[in-house]
Amino acid sequence: MTAPDVKFYQVGSRAVGNRLLPLDQRSEQADPQRHNALTSGHRACQGCGEALAARYVLDTAYTEAKGRLVSVNATGCLEVFSTPYPESSWQVPWLHSLFANAASVATGVAAALEARGDTGTRVLAQGGDGGTVDIGLACLSGMFERNDDVLYVCYDNEAYMNTGVQRSGATPPAARTATTEAVGVQPGNPFGTGKDLPRIAMAHEIPYVATATVADLRDLEAKVRTAMSLRGARYLHVLVPCPLGWGSAPSDTIALARLAQRSGLFPVYEARHGELGAVLPLRGRVPVEEYLRPQRRYAHLFRDGSHAATLEALQHLADRNIARYGLGAEETF
Amino acid sequence: MREQLEGSRAVAETVARCRPQVVPAYPITPQTHIVEAVGAMVKSEALENCRFVTVESEFAAMSAAIGASAMGARTYTATASQGLLYMAEALYNAAGLGLPIVMTVANRAIGAPINIWNDQSDSMSQRDCGWIQLYAADNQAATDLHVLAFRLAEQLSVPAMVCMDGFVLTHAFEPIDLPEPEIVDRYLPTYRPRQVLDPDDPVTIGAMVGPEAFTEVRYLAHHQLQQADHWFTELADDWSLLTGRHLATVNPYRLDGARTAVVSLGSVGGTVAEAIDGLVEPVGALGLTLYRPFPAGAVRDALDGVEHVIVLERAFSPGAGGVVSADVRAALAGRPTRVSTVVAGLGGRSVTTASVQRMIGAATTGRLPALSFLDLRDDIVDRELAHRDAVHRSGPPAHNLLRHAASRPR
Amino acid sequence: MSSRATFEVRLHGRGGQGVVTAAELLSVAAFLDGRESQAFPSFGSERMGAPVMSFCRVSDRPIRVREPVLKPSAVVVADATLLHHVDVFSGLAADGFVLINSAFSPTDLGLEELVATHPAGHVITVPATDLAREHVGRPLPNVCLLGALAALTGIVSLGALEQAVRERFPAAVADGNVRAAAAAATLVPEVARA
Repeated sequence: MTAPDVKFYQVGSRAVGNRLLPLDQRSEQADPQRHNALTSGHRACQGCGEALAARYVLDTAYTEAKGRLVSVNATGCLEVFSTPYPESSWQVPWLHSLFANAASVATGVAAALEARGDTGTRVLAQGGDGGTVDIGLACLSGMFERNDDVLYVCYDNEAYMNTGVQRSGATPPAARTATTEAVGVQPGNPFGTGKDLPRIAMAHEIPYVATATVADLRDLEAKVRTAMSLRGARYLHVLVPCPLGWGSAPSDTIALARLAQRSGLFPVYEARHGELGAVLPLRGRVPVEEYLRPQRRYAHLFRDGSHAATLEALQHLADRNIARYGLGAEETF
Repeated sequence: MREQLEGSRAVAETVARCRPQVVPAYPITPQTHIVEAVGAMVKSEALENCRFVTVESEFAAMSAAIGASAMGARTYTATASQGLLYMAEALYNAAGLGLPIVMTVANRAIGAPINIWNDQSDSMSQRDCGWIQLYAADNQAATDLHVLAFRLAEQLSVPAMVCMDGFVLTHAFEPIDLPEPEIVDRYLPTYRPRQVLDPDDPVTIGAMVGPEAFTEVRYLAHHQLQQADHWFTELADDWSLLTGRHLATVNPYRLDGARTAVVSLGSVGGTVAEAIDGLVEPVGALGLTLYRPFPAGAVRDALDGVEHVIVLERAFSPGAGGVVSADVRAALAGRPTRVSTVVAGLGGRSVTTASVQRMIGAATTGRLPALSFLDLRDDIVDRELAHRDAVHRSGPPAHNLLRHAASRPR
Repeated sequence: MSSRATFEVRLHGRGGQGVVTAAELLSVAAFLDGRESQAFPSFGSERMGAPVMSFCRVSDRPIRVREPVLKPSAVVVADATLLHHVDVFSGLAADGFVLINSAFSPTDLGLEELVATHPAGHVITVPATDLAREHVGRPLPNVCLLGALAALTGIVSLGALEQAVRERFPAAVADGNVRAAAAAATLVPEVARA
């Protein structure tokens, strides 16, 4: 019998399964014994950024909580694709109530634990951008204001994807959605609208606010670990590309997330009690166009030469973020 | 112990004796005295091992209740009117998930026009949400029903709302026998959930169910809710053994030999009884304590032999007519009983003994229409209708009616 | 006063004068006397200074009705400025009682007809605000008026009223109010004769 044809790949220090790293420096995802809190068999699209992020977040949180983790999920893509009747891919206690109330339901779970003196079990709430920045904002703000002991994770794919790609308060300017079509004088989502939830969270001065993307697994896991080491209201906002909604190739999900960060359009940072802390500096900054071109939701900007002003405005947004958050980019465009 | 105290206070004290573990609270007139009292008891630690959460809306209140109950905590909240509607989505969710939350509804009208006074349109609007609905005839009943509600809800894994007329009961001082804490402890065991979020035994709660199984899930919810009819009686018997006080799904009054009967829910029953006592004709009354599930069998039995049933409703269905009347008619199907609907006491208008006697008089002399509004001010109505005919831009109805009412003497 | 009938009191005042509390205390006092009683306010959005009403029924049988008191056996007016604004005497029984918080006599207040059409000594005024200022240190006439009402109508005993007040308020506040109530009660026989 011939030996099996095993391919060895030489990979860099940031890869998930880098066997060259000492055990204690490997990511949670590199551990074959990881819990798989969101296990396989769910019905997410090929290349779904949210499924990836949820897996990363839940497994790390589960380990930090020593297995005593309860998850509350808003209605949305994650909830729908993870629980196709009669199956469930959740290997943690998991509760789905409504669209707008994940934060409040989590408040209730945390209250029940506190009432019976259980300080070991931790509560994690999750929702998409629609369920968090729009319909769920009141409940989220209430949870923040009371400093309830909940880690809320928002998976931001920048539109109401589950219902067919409609615009949300997190949809970026100029992006095409089903309710901001690429037609008319100002195609796509208008400028001057939209909410910056991480900044709103910072304004509540809660113990921990952080942004992250699926491109940087270690950064995301580290932020989950930091969040889990703290008590009170904590907020994590993760950029998760959606191939369907963004009109991008499924294999581009991680690359696009990295480009979003490297363009400056999605700043990655941490904050405590409203004060900005560490940021992920831009190494290899790219012009916004490099990030926008692979996404059909921005295709209208490149059809003819008539959208130079829009592209400039988007570039300006990126420049502003770099300045505002001190992202330390050496290149300018 | 028998005391003279405010209805809200009695409810708060009794709920505290039921040892709730999580109480999310959002204020709305006229429930405020209840949650304030519970909050004070938690703060002073008179009520221990309880988290009182001041939430940012009624929707948040019921949502937090859902989370707490799913985590295995005995959970309580209170609301009314607009607040009940604001949490409507969560009401259906709690019932659908099978969480035994108990809630006081301090019955109040629903706007527009905004109105803070008592009627039952709020809880009636949610009669199909899958919650057990209990209506208190007086503050003693309100007190006892809360203890019963926790036991009933937890027995069946169905949430229960105890409805008590806003202001009329919540803000009234009357003699109430508060059940001793030891009695409540004997009656109400520690909450043992049928389903719970447990890291040692993870389950998925709240998954989507498609066409292939949804009907069965809903049928089972209906079946479960129907069990509350006979369980109410059984658990009320247990309560009566401990306290000597009897609660029943329906409360007949002088129905033996009665040819006419007035059916009602809530505190107006007292006025109806007083009105009947002043009459010579054989008129009886039936007060419903259990409304959902509808105690059709008990209603049918109680109204056996009655020729004319008047359903005195504190709510109605615009464009259709009575709400409770429809349930009563269905329960009496096959009998020649005449059922009339009288809509009364909307938005806090007092239902007086005299008005009820006039209503009964009209009924017994064949002058009561199938649907009527008690003490309707025809003069104001006619004036507004004439105004609308005359002028297209007739203005906000509420504003006009207030002006008509002010300018015309009674 | 017939023990078989229900004695119904309607109290009129302005928000902030303690009219709602007065009805509650009256009902607690009646309860302590071993009677059945009920009290509730006319409900409205609370605002200082707005006219308010509260009601109290006392009986020997359980009270089943909850409508506002339309045919009062006694009317208490905590603020005389309401007299010609609000129909405070509406439905008053022919042998009913009227107690008004005022340093003026009923005649001075323009109530000659009321006095003439009701039994002697049934329509009186008592300077409750002054008494309250003197004994309680605040112009809150409610408990003081209850003392007068007890003496005028016998609806509750002064002892029960005192107990109700002590159960409701801390000692310092209760003491002053009890003294004011007693002072008003003492005044009643003289003003009733006048």
